[in-house]
Amino acid sequence: MTDNNENSDATPEEESRAPKRVIGTPPPVGTQELLPRDEPGEGGSGYVLDEKKARSAERVAAAFFTLTFVAGIAFIVFYAVWPGHVGDIRRATRSNYTLGIALTLVFLGLAVGLTVWVRSLVTTKEIVQERHAISSSPEDRATFNQYFKEGTEESGLGQRRLLRRTLLLAAAPLGLLPLVLLRDLGPLPEKKLRHTTWKNGTRLVVDGTGLPLKAADFNSPGSIITVVPEGAEENLDEIATGAVLLLNLPVDQLKIKKGRENWNVGGIVAYSKICTHVGCPAALYEQTTHHILCPCHQSTFDALDSAKVIFGPAARALPQLPIGVDSQGYLIATSDFTEPVGPSFWERGRPKA
Amino acid sequence: MSTTTPQTKVEGPIGYADERFATANFLRGKMKKVFPDHWSFMLGEIALYSFIILLLSGTFLTLWFKPSMSEVVYHGSYTKLNGVSVSEAYDSTLRISFDVRGGLLMRQIHHWAAVLFLASIMVHMLRIFFTGAYRKPREINWLIGITMFTLAIVEGLFGYSLPDDLLSGTGLRITQGVLQSIPLVGTYLYYFAFGGSFPGDDFIPRIYTVHVLLVPGLLLALVAAHLMIMWFQGHTQFPGKGTSNSTVTGKAFYPVFLLKTNAFFLFTFAVIAGLATFAQINPIWLFGPYTPASITAGSQPDFYMGFLEGALRIMPNWETNLWGHTIGWNVMIPALVPLGLIMTGAALWPFIEQWATGDRRVHHLADRPRNAPFRTAVGMTVVAFYGLLWLAGGNDVLADRFDVSLYATTWFFRVAVIVGPIIAYIVTKRICIGLQRSDAAELDHGVESGVIKMMPNGEFIEVHEPVKEEAEAVLRAKPEPAALPAVEEDENGIPAPASRGPLGRARKALNNAFTADDIPMGNGHHGNGHADGHADGHGEQPEIEGGDHKELSRG
Repeated sequence: MTDNNENSDATPEEESRAPKRVIGTPPPVGTQELLPRDEPGEGGSGYVLDEKKARSAERVAAAFFTLTFVAGIAFIVFYAVWPGHVGDIRRATRSNYTLGIALTLVFLGLAVGLTVWVRSLVTTKEIVQERHAISSSPEDRATFNQYFKEGTEESGLGQRRLLRRTLLLAAAPLGLLPLVLLRDLGPLPEKKLRHTTWKNGTRLVVDGTGLPLKAADFNSPGSIITVVPEGAEENLDEIATGAVLLLNLPVDQLKIKKGRENWNVGGIVAYSKICTHVGCPAALYEQTTHHILCPCHQSTFDALDSAKVIFGPAARALPQLPIGVDSQGYLIATSDFTEPVGPSFWERGRPKA
Repeated sequence: MSTTTPQTKVEGPIGYADERFATANFLRGKMKKVFPDHWSFMLGEIALYSFIILLLSGTFLTLWFKPSMSEVVYHGSYTKLNGVSVSEAYDSTLRISFDVRGGLLMRQIHHWAAVLFLASIMVHMLRIFFTGAYRKPREINWLIGITMFTLAIVEGLFGYSLPDDLLSGTGLRITQGVLQSIPLVGTYLYYFAFGGSFPGDDFIPRIYTVHVLLVPGLLLALVAAHLMIMWFQGHTQFPGKGTSNSTVTGKAFYPVFLLKTNAFFLFTFAVIAGLATFAQINPIWLFGPYTPASITAGSQPDFYMGFLEGALRIMPNWETNLWGHTIGWNVMIPALVPLGLIMTGAALWPFIEQWATGDRRVHHLADRPRNAPFRTAVGMTVVAFYGLLWLAGGNDVLADRFDVSLYATTWFFRVAVIVGPIIAYIVTKRICIGLQRSDAAELDHGVESGVIKMMPNGEFIEVHEPVKEEAEAVLRAKPEPAALPAVEEDENGIPAPASRGPLGRARKALNNAFTADDIPMGNGHHGNGHADGHADGHGEQPEIEGGDHKELSRG
């Protein structure tokens, strides 16, 4: 035991002299004897066990080992004989309980049994050992230094400058090879982060169903739906940049930015769903305040005011997608986004719009 | 067998091995190697055994898991997702859960073991830090530990991203967004890591290889090195009766430590198996497959990623646009600064301490945290910083649960993450000094015995008993503060220029921080009793004559 300053050496006489403890006061020091006091025997062994107590401890340990045996058999039986472990969630849950309880008991039984054994039946005593010095002796060091010097001299590396320099030269490209080999991990980003698949005439289709949407059908005020570019319904890469929140907002409250007068269709506006912070879908919409909230890091955007940032870590408004209506009354994009969607990046620069 | 001595049961195999590998000579001394005993010495063992469980359960999972992002239409035992387009990774994880006997149990064991692995590493590191067990000769093992901690975080992040469910996919999306925001090379790193645009088809197969081969291999090698170094250098020990820097007290490796550590391994496995049985973890069928357009409110990563998540949430939205280039401080600072500060700071700390204190002695006795107030206070500063960031990672959950405004919660954390650590520093330091005082008082005046005596004049006093031997040994083992080695002076008494430069002044200030709050222990030990060792100046530590006061007081 270490760091235990409650231990003491109170002898029986001292204890009998000390008055009984008064309730509410700290316990009298010197009553907690945790380690036997007698000096350790040779090699740390030599506790004499009370054979009666030892026998009962042995029985307890044996009982736990038997528990492990029974649990082990039970595990095999549950696994092999018990019907219906798999196939639906109810069975899987039941299987998890039966197999799991058996497995827990397997380890718990062994662990408790071992603990009882080591605490009550092992007669090893505490010993004090010298720590060996960690560093080598001065002679060893001197010898090593001498060998090293000799070896270096014998190798000739010290004197032969050409050898040494060309060796270093040889190593230089060697270090670059792994880096060069990693080049084909992926294509270069080029201008790809600036564009999505939206272009003039692309229909807005509902995420999930893939059906195009008529402006006349999206007419209840305050409604919101996620749309993706037509043809990209199954393409996660294109959805990851092209997902758009379509909102039906009250026209009279809409603050339309200069140059965006014809980007909405009677109060229906489209904003990129990809948060400008780190790219989570900004999916939560509060109807009464017309706020769009990203559930990842709580960036909040004002849908009425070009989705500008009201709160949170996002630095830029959600880009707006210019939309219109085609000859059949379906909602379409009238161009790609005019600025890159999603998180900032080095080459992005200040948004033009 | 060539031996002629009568054989016992073990001599056969041992003789066989000895004739080939000289095992007896090799193992003879090791069997009696002493391991000191303290509950906090087992924390690292939890990490070790969690790692073994991770290797075992992980191998089981690889037998069925398909690391592929190809889309398939799910038709299986979880009927609610029938007909839904999912990736093969997600599909095979569902099959492990519902169509392989014991598969769900193994998945949950694997995930719980990962959580326990990270948690025990953290607590183990705190123990090492606060007791100064990283000091010479153990600095390199401390660095190995920090490397393993970092690897374990990456391993955990990649591991829970493999099933390609909505929750972990969102985590990957955030990882991608952070990668993309790195100045200069961000977009290239992003395109190289993902093999093109997000999510692509390459990322899960790639992190699978990293998760099952590369990082576990590195971890295994580092664990081996960590343990061999620990074995060679011996374990630290707390000060106490009969302990010294040159001895180690405890029981022999064989049989006591071997039995105990095996019991502990089994306890660890039992706890993990119990958690996997009764506490559901990562139910990916409830989250659904990943699509970049979907999300759920209240998304939380595994706990060890929480502090990064919190930093991302509370960071103000700073961004710089200069000469056509964008730097997103709102992403870069939270992604790099907390992790960088904590890991780099932890890695440098042993060397900073050595430099500041000039203490290059070998330390086998662990410090009691109170006896190193500066270290303990700095440690608690980091704990507070980390803890507040971690809590901030759940700002939406906290706002919802306690019915406070989300923005107010965020603002609270923006302030608290700066102020909280400062408060933690001050409070911890005061507590340490207070505890040192009470130690000193205990040595001087003894321990309250709980016995009330009535004096002849009617006065009641409590009888104080002298501190018992064991306790006294602990108190007296308090190390003397290391003074900075004397600065070289020239013949006019002017200190060498190096000590007057910024580095020299920083060293002096740091040395003062390390050594200032030292309360000498007890009469006769440091010569003159109740010296108030708190140096209030910035320079040398004053030698204050304490005299023989009855009460320890601070001026």
